[in-house]
Amino acid sequence: MSVVPVLPLPDDVIACPSCDALMHDRDVALGETLRCPRCHAVIEAPRALAMTRIIMLALAALILMIAAIFFPFLELGAAGMVRRSSLLDTVMAFSTGLTAPLTLAMAALIVVLPVTRFLALLYVLGPMAFGWRPARYAAPVFRLAEALRPWAMAEVFVVGVAVALVKVAGLAHISIGPAFWAFVALVIVTVLKDNFMSRVTVWKTLDARRKS
Amino acid sequence: MENAGRPTQIVTAREAGLIGCTHCGRVHPLGTRVCTRCGAHLSPRSEASLQRVWAWWIAGLVVYIPANLYPMLRTASLGKTLENTILGGVIELMRHGDVAVALIVFVASIVIPVAKFIAIAYLALSVSHRVRLSAHRRHILFEVVEFIGRWSMIDVFVVAILSSLVRLDFAATISPGIAAVSFALSVAFTMLAALSFDSRLIWDAGKEAEQMEKERSLG
Repeated sequence: MSVVPVLPLPDDVIACPSCDALMHDRDVALGETLRCPRCHAVIEAPRALAMTRIIMLALAALILMIAAIFFPFLELGAAGMVRRSSLLDTVMAFSTGLTAPLTLAMAALIVVLPVTRFLALLYVLGPMAFGWRPARYAAPVFRLAEALRPWAMAEVFVVGVAVALVKVAGLAHISIGPAFWAFVALVIVTVLKDNFMSRVTVWKTLDARRKS
Repeated sequence: MENAGRPTQIVTAREAGLIGCTHCGRVHPLGTRVCTRCGAHLSPRSEASLQRVWAWWIAGLVVYIPANLYPMLRTASLGKTLENTILGGVIELMRHGDVAVALIVFVASIVIPVAKFIAIAYLALSVSHRVRLSAHRRHILFEVVEFIGRWSMIDVFVVAILSSLVRLDFAATISPGIAAVSFALSVAFTMLAALSFDSRLIWDAGKEAEQMEKERSLG
């Protein structure tokens, strides 16, 4: 790892976003991973066709989300009664009484924020994957997508479903609906997608494309 | 660390009289307010960062108390109503023999929130006080806190799923308790506390300690 001499020019160096250490701003080859020499945070990790893969995965995630919302999620049968619950019912579970504000939060965490994030990524990375100039407002939209990352909790929800299943298992007969599998697939796709993402690389590419 | 004892010296953007963007890494001359590459707000060090961390931390702690005292889940079964707090729910699961699930809920809704309060306070204090953990360890701790925070939301989701699913009129009905709201708020507030923390401060404090160490070993 090359270390920077004192008083470098701003265009020659890049600062580690997590610890502020300076390093030479060089082109990182495909498949290579550039780490911060001090805190070892991953700075850049460009991968072949990463942009195309991310938009494919984001598109897949969107379709899966639509399936997950409208198909029954879980099915519970006890004493001759059957109750089907969809994702929408789960979101609406808090809609009565003092817990009503949680309805909005649930809808946001499970559905709205993940969907917004997928759309934002498609908007920003779509033109890049085709080698076009970045779309208008690509920078603020990508900043939004990054800000939403901790708040899109689809994968946490899936673990919650697993816990809920065990809790009710003794009480009644439970079966898992198609929407649950759609949601599990969605989580896998989301994790894959985030692995391809390298924030600094996206910003650099956006910047280079804008200037060209 | 594998790089220990390396003779090279690391220069930070601030020491070089520059400002690094915490979003995209672009370096700017001092005094620039907005990043020219990504449009993010720039600051050499977020001085208000620690104040924001403590504000969210205290808010999170305040709502965490009712989250533990009030019922999270209300189960009505065959005319009897049972109210469970977070800890009560864990004990109930244990009694049913679901040790693994009880452990997941216990870790997600008691161990992680408490550990997070301690870890964030420790990190914030370590900026101004000398601590035993090296900057590198503290950076890892910060990344763990950032990553793990959202998983505490599991219990709120479980309550929502159970309430939407178990509505069998007379046989059994589960409805959410008010603690679900304060617990969700507590998770959100501690996530905001972690997000407001400027991780560069860890390394500033670490560098000063390192400097003192070096001077002591030389002299």
